Amino acid sequence: MTAAVFFGCTFIAFGPALALYIFTIATEPLRVIFLIVGAFFWLLSLLLSSLVWFMTRTITDNKDGPVQKYLLMFGVLVSVLIQEMFRFAYYKILKKANEGLKSINPDETAPSMRLLAYVSGLGFGIMSGVFSFVNTLSDSLGPGTVGIRGDSPQFFLNSAFMTLVIILLHIFWGIVFFDGCEKKKWYTLLVVLLTHVLVSALTFVSPHYGISLVAAYVIVVPMGIWAFFAAGGSCRSLRLCLLCQDKDFLLFNQHSR
Amino acid sequence: MATAGGGASVAYLGCRDLLCLLSFCVLLAGLCGGNSVERKIYIPLNKTAPCVRLLNATHQIGCHSSISGDTGVIHVVEKEEDLQWVLTDGPNPPYVVLLEGTLFTRKVMEKLKASTSRIAGLAVSLAKPSPASGFSPSVQCPNDGFGVYSNSYGPEFAHCREIQWNYLGNGLAYEDFSFPIFLLEDENETNVIKQCYRDHNLSQNGSAPAFPLCAMQLFSHMHAVISTVTCMRRSSIQSTFSINPEIVCDPLSDYNVWSMLKPINVSGTLEPDDRVVVAATQLDSRSFFWNVAPGAESAVASFVTQLAAAEALHKAPDVTTLPRNVMFVFFQGETFDYIGSSRMVYDMEKGKFPVQLENIDSFVELRQVALRNSLKLWMHTDPMSQKNESVRNQVEHLLTTLEKSGAGIPAIILQRPNQSQPLPPSSLQRFLRARNISGVVLADHATIFHNRYYQSVYDTAENINVSYPERQSPEEDLNFVTDTAKTLADVATVLGRTLYQLAGGSNFSDTIQADPQTVTRLLYGFLVRANNSWFQSILRQDLRSYLGDGPLQHYIAVSSPTNTTYVVQCALANLTGKVTNLTREQCQDPSKVPNENKDLYEYTWVQGPLNSNETERLPQCVRSTARLARALSPAFELGQWGSTEYSTWTESRWKDISARIFLIASKELEAFSWNHDHGTLKWL
Repeated sequence: MTAAVFFGCTFIAFGPALALYIFTIATEPLRVIFLIVGAFFWLLSLLLSSLVWFMTRTITDNKDGPVQKYLLMFGVLVSVLIQEMFRFAYYKILKKANEGLKSINPDETAPSMRLLAYVSGLGFGIMSGVFSFVNTLSDSLGPGTVGIRGDSPQFFLNSAFMTLVIILLHIFWGIVFFDGCEKKKWYTLLVVLLTHVLVSALTFVSPHYGISLVAAYVIVVPMGIWAFFAAGGSCRSLRLCLLCQDKDFLLFNQHSR
Repeated sequence: MATAGGGASVAYLGCRDLLCLLSFCVLLAGLCGGNSVERKIYIPLNKTAPCVRLLNATHQIGCHSSISGDTGVIHVVEKEEDLQWVLTDGPNPPYVVLLEGTLFTRKVMEKLKASTSRIAGLAVSLAKPSPASGFSPSVQCPNDGFGVYSNSYGPEFAHCREIQWNYLGNGLAYEDFSFPIFLLEDENETNVIKQCYRDHNLSQNGSAPAFPLCAMQLFSHMHAVISTVTCMRRSSIQSTFSINPEIVCDPLSDYNVWSMLKPINVSGTLEPDDRVVVAATQLDSRSFFWNVAPGAESAVASFVTQLAAAEALHKAPDVTTLPRNVMFVFFQGETFDYIGSSRMVYDMEKGKFPVQLENIDSFVELRQVALRNSLKLWMHTDPMSQKNESVRNQVEHLLTTLEKSGAGIPAIILQRPNQSQPLPPSSLQRFLRARNISGVVLADHATIFHNRYYQSVYDTAENINVSYPERQSPEEDLNFVTDTAKTLADVATVLGRTLYQLAGGSNFSDTIQADPQTVTRLLYGFLVRANNSWFQSILRQDLRSYLGDGPLQHYIAVSSPTNTTYVVQCALANLTGKVTNLTREQCQDPSKVPNENKDLYEYTWVQGPLNSNETERLPQCVRSTARLARALSPAFELGQWGSTEYSTWTESRWKDISARIFLIASKELEAFSWNHDHGTLKWL
């Protein structure tokens, strides 16, 4: 549907992630590396879940009908489980890497676990967003729009917003998850897993995109608040930031002579 | 500290890398076709036929689209008043017009051609039943300028001054259109398009219809332009200098099918004393659209008649002792300025063909013979060559022989037209250009064609009244003798007896009788369903897939030999040849077998009939004289691409031809997504 929709949907879905990347990750090479490794871990999790999916498909002999829908639900559940497993695996690897980094570079301060939680969440989110949205984007470049078979004409916009909310959710899940692992609060892992399953299951109510979109945005707000507090924020620091009185932030951005 | 500056450059690099990664992923995903989002957006139209570009020495004809397809809002035109919306009133040009078959006339096409800025393409639906007033996209004077009459020889007959043979011709197939035109062959697809139009494109009270609108995209980009001279020059430059040459056009070419009554040695040429009677007809037809050429009356009826006559003649007992030989030839490419016959005359002149022009004693040609009025069959002769006394006597002898053969068959009345009438467009004209031979053209029309659908998509079995009773199985249809088959068998009998007498036979003339069963099986196979048991049994193993479930299309095309040529050759071999008991290896190389001569005969290993259990086929070796002779215009052999003497028709090459429908969104929706994207860009 021409370049306008293509670029519009691209920036709706990836704009915030791009902004976060430019302002927080791109300046430090180490953070870039951890981001890409995080994306790679998400890809590995997808590979494993696709293997499981492929095996179940061959077992059921590719028959059509309601079997396929239940298989899809099962596949999504397995994929969510494997993604969270790989998030945990990444946490463990980062823990080990931290000690290694300290020994290599004793002068420079290694990134804190909270920062790595955010970076890994962003990596997971970007890769997940790219994978789920890119083929829809490439079809949006053609001359046609969705609707001739009775689907909603807002398909591209809905998908773009859904991708955006998934990316944000991955960032918040990453922060909350790592925080839970650090403080040995295992119930947080369960909550992250359950909300992930909930959001993925909500996408099955298509073609009623409105419900899944609204519900996802309803979930992202408390998740965001939880992540803010888990990352060490407080109401006071938020007020200072919004009123541009945060001395640490101002100092950080000044060029030293 | 340098970190800030260094950091900024790293940031820039990282941002660019990410964008590169993203666009690479988009491209990669775009390459994987057939995904479900694409299925949500587009409905492909599978049963369509395009109109392609053909070129000759000076012009290009046909249609083409731009390289990325032509998209337009669909508008259904069912009566002429609907055209106003497309041409002037509609607010969302360009439009793709869905035209009723009956409105595909010259008047409507002129209007559409005049406003090409508002027309993106045209989709024509097949009219059922065929248009009552006839429809012929061919010109009124077929093959003008390539026959025997010109301004220097027979000027009163040149350019159809005396008789406009194809009276109903509107010449649309020889016009150049700048937008794509497709034929919608399947009624279900046409209904889907009309339903989409009714759901989205209808406006209330003449106001603009609301978006999203139903649109169609047509892809038929042609590589060749201007003329044959240009495209062949470009292709030859490419093949000389490029490692991976990009050829833009191909000459129309195929093979003529020919056989002899008595076998001759094809490695040499005949002696001048050997006289040959030639029986000729044409194999091909065309229509406005590519590879759709049912050609029932213009081609099929005549070559089926000649096949039946060949079978009948071969059954005469004293065939081997006849003083003169008989050659049955089926010319391919006659629709496009006599490709096959001009090539055969050229080969005969140059000595590359076993039979030479001196050997030809007389020439009998079958043109359109299926639509006879009140039993009359007309014998056309050329008035210019008959100015020569000896030729006139030979022609007179030819006509009396025909009348004598026809006397024994009450269902045929042979008539001579007016003395000073020219020959209709026929292969005989090419032979007369080279030498004055005595020849006659048999046709069902005295002056203008009786065929009201000459060279169009409507020249089908219905046009020649071939119809079958309902609720019969395909096998029963195959063997059901229609009335048309009986009339064509009568014509074949007349032809067979005439050829027998012209070849010098006299005793067994009355025993030569064409078999209506053969005629009806041939008609069924060529006009209704090619994949039947008889065609399967006469064909070679590797040609099995050439038989489809519908009728065969008789367009000459550029890759040879076509389905029709192969099937006609195999049918001729089956009907005039003999089954031998050679094994498969011996059949493929008979030089080792005594009494078998590869120069005299052609040996084919065919599938054979089904065995008694109907599970397997019993293949056999058929020995016959049916052969193929190359039918490529001499203009391409000689490199004279701008020739006015020989046919120079070429067909353009293309990469992708397809059509699809989808919805296009309003400008407001695009603006909405732009605003959102601007909003998110502000984050940056």
